[in-house]
Amino acid sequence: MNETTVLQMRGINKSFPGVRALQNVDFKLEKGEIHALMGENGAGKSTLIKVLTGVYTKDAGTIELAGSGEVQIHSPQDAQKLGISTVYQEITLCPNLTVAENMFIGREKSALTNWKEMNADADKLLKMLDIPAMATQQLSNCSIAVQQMVAIARAVDMDCKVLILDEPTSSLDEQEVEKLFGLMRDLKAMGVGIIFVTHFLDQVYEVCDKITVLRDGQLVGEYEIKDLPRVQLVAKMLGKEMDDLSDIKGEGGGYHGADADETVFEAEQLQSDAGIKPFDFHIKKGEVNGFTGLLGSGRSECVRAIFGADRILGGKVKVHGKEVKINKPLDAMKNGIAYLPEDRKVDGIIGDLSVRDNIIMALQVMTGFFKPFSKAKAEAFAEEYIKKLNIKTASSETPIKSLSGGNQQKVILARWLLMHPEYLILDEPTRGIDVGTKVDIQKLVLELASEGMSVTFISSETDEMLRTCSRLVVMRDRKVVGELSGEDLTQNKIMSTIAGGE
Amino acid sequence: MSNLKKITSNQLFIPLMALILLAVINLINDPGFFKVTLGTNNAGYPVLSGYLITILDYGSELGILAIGMTLVTAASGGQDISVGATIAIAGSAMLRVLCGGNSRPETIQAPIIVAFLVACVVGMLCGAFNGALVALFKIQPMIATLILFTAGRSIAAWINNNELPIVPDPKFSYFGGFIPGIPIPTTVFIVAICIVIIALVLKFTNLGLYTQAVGINESSSRLNGINPTLIKFISFVILGLCVAVAALIKVSRLSTINYSVIAKDIEMDAILAVALGGNSLSGGKFNMWSSILGAYVIQFLTTTLYKFNVQSDALAAYKAVVVILLVVFSAPTVRDYMAQLFKKVPFMRKEAA
Repeated sequence: MNETTVLQMRGINKSFPGVRALQNVDFKLEKGEIHALMGENGAGKSTLIKVLTGVYTKDAGTIELAGSGEVQIHSPQDAQKLGISTVYQEITLCPNLTVAENMFIGREKSALTNWKEMNADADKLLKMLDIPAMATQQLSNCSIAVQQMVAIARAVDMDCKVLILDEPTSSLDEQEVEKLFGLMRDLKAMGVGIIFVTHFLDQVYEVCDKITVLRDGQLVGEYEIKDLPRVQLVAKMLGKEMDDLSDIKGEGGGYHGADADETVFEAEQLQSDAGIKPFDFHIKKGEVNGFTGLLGSGRSECVRAIFGADRILGGKVKVHGKEVKINKPLDAMKNGIAYLPEDRKVDGIIGDLSVRDNIIMALQVMTGFFKPFSKAKAEAFAEEYIKKLNIKTASSETPIKSLSGGNQQKVILARWLLMHPEYLILDEPTRGIDVGTKVDIQKLVLELASEGMSVTFISSETDEMLRTCSRLVVMRDRKVVGELSGEDLTQNKIMSTIAGGE
Repeated sequence: MSNLKKITSNQLFIPLMALILLAVINLINDPGFFKVTLGTNNAGYPVLSGYLITILDYGSELGILAIGMTLVTAASGGQDISVGATIAIAGSAMLRVLCGGNSRPETIQAPIIVAFLVACVVGMLCGAFNGALVALFKIQPMIATLILFTAGRSIAAWINNNELPIVPDPKFSYFGGFIPGIPIPTTVFIVAICIVIIALVLKFTNLGLYTQAVGINESSSRLNGINPTLIKFISFVILGLCVAVAALIKVSRLSTINYSVIAKDIEMDAILAVALGGNSLSGGKFNMWSSILGAYVIQFLTTTLYKFNVQSDALAAYKAVVVILLVVFSAPTVRDYMAQLFKKVPFMRKEAA
């Protein structure tokens, strides 16, 4: 280990039942360095961090720390004692205590607290780190950014050598992010090694010195920031080489009706309270388009706004050229819009209810409170779609929660197809399901489109989107930054648009 | 699935088993427990009497409350602990209308139906108050309903200036007693009407489906176009209506009211009925008939305890034992353990194979 190295992880392995989350991963952190840890979801970033902070125990590998040599970290307390501190995305402090209490809680020197001294110490530290808060202020009165900073100050005061910032900026606005970066630079000057996990590319290039990229639990490489242009970073994260130009044109015949040019849905400057910039969007009859961008770029938030799932703050929406109000999901459903949500467990399935009830749910709500389907009719609907989508279930009475992920997803898909929507939004319909079902769903999308249904398809896998979509809206940092269609629909073009910048 | 498993996994299994167990205990103790006799009451009309009739009669309020409590539990994942106090309020309002503010009127001052409708409105308003706190302001049901639980009986006393009016019309006492010439307690008919109404509502509306969906996954329900806030609110209003019907029976039994004692602790029995019916107290799927059966099981238990000469003050302690058994046996860890245990028994294994 080098003089200036503060942390060295070598050959880290970690498996969970059925998954090899980390395979032989190395990671090195220098003194006074801000080091970005990048990778798509499931790449192993959080597992690596959890191994480092003692939440998980590693299966193999070594961790060396400057001054301590090789260490075994079995618990978060161990990590803290060794000078490894973590600040998470969600604030883990106590909002009902004061700033100073939060900074010193759990590590008082004696049973009795000298409040005056504690507050003075806190104020000194806050001043040194230039954090705009007072020691005696209640934490909940501070902005989220300041709360983050207090969490950092607490970590710093515990003599931390390694500071891990796990997506600290996702709930901050631009100015707050700037303040946080200021603090990070100060700490860097003090010699603290910082590991910065984020999904925002711009932020990486603003503050970081080095980047380590993980993919599928394996180390892709460690790079100096100046040696790795954005496009290449995205390529490394996605695992696609720049000139990987395999032919991936659509397979479906497309829709050729007389009204093929009609715009089914149109949004102007639509904005919701989920933190996306106002955006324009439209889709034609029989068209398949998609939102693409890295995770957290606002893809889902856009389609949620279209469906009225989040609170709508402004903008105009037209269906078939007629202006309509869509403020809640039912409004969207009445206008022929269906939405398969991203998080199947939280927003999709109604776990304890039967497959049948889950299938008829949306159409039943549309039909009305006072017009329940007869059992025979509901059963007929359910049986029809269980056959059509080849849903593997013991019976239509089986609770949906006992089905496999792929079959659950098919049930939710059946729910929306039963509604016979004009415009179907699929948000990550293929996430976490087996390959066979993935292909089924993609084929189904193209088939539906050829019958005249408009479909918006979102997927983290660019291949899938290229295979199904004829037009892609590209997003970065919660903003629509481009639109690609025709010849431009290639991996390279998508990646360079996602990366932006130079 | 084997037949045995089919039977044991049915929700009605738990309350039915409890009922059978209680029946057997009584049969062993004194077979006379089940005797029903046709006699005459003070007024000379024929009436049925016996322990079973007592159970059917006095379990009525609980059975009616179980309907509303089941819906509230399913939709909100919490319980309304103010029903006893709101029975006092609705009952007091009813008396106020019947007696017109005069504590010893010569005749009733308004038709009984008007008084009952006023009580319904008052009960539903109380429900709406609880419902608004829970659905709109997202306060935990038990905390939200603690307000009326605490204040309810005072409000009830205040409605009648702390007087205890007595209803002079003997017709009013029919609701909690007997209609001349009919030997079956009137309450049995009232419960039957309530059950028919809720059965029709569950059959001809989507109340059941929506309530369960909201209770299981609120976020998903919303994305399916359901308004979870409204559904939760409605469940409390329906419970308010049940409270008004229960108040009618309670007040009618005495033709007057005792603010601090009327329907005391009934909220706990109503919640227990829902739990005994095998419904999860954290909301979601429910079985209405199982809850109602649960209510009568509780009354059966109470009556049995009286038969064994348990003092009314000590009742609660005995009921607590039942609650403990119930909670422990429905806990997932115990169920898993039981399942393991059953697997080891050879003849059960054959059955499963």
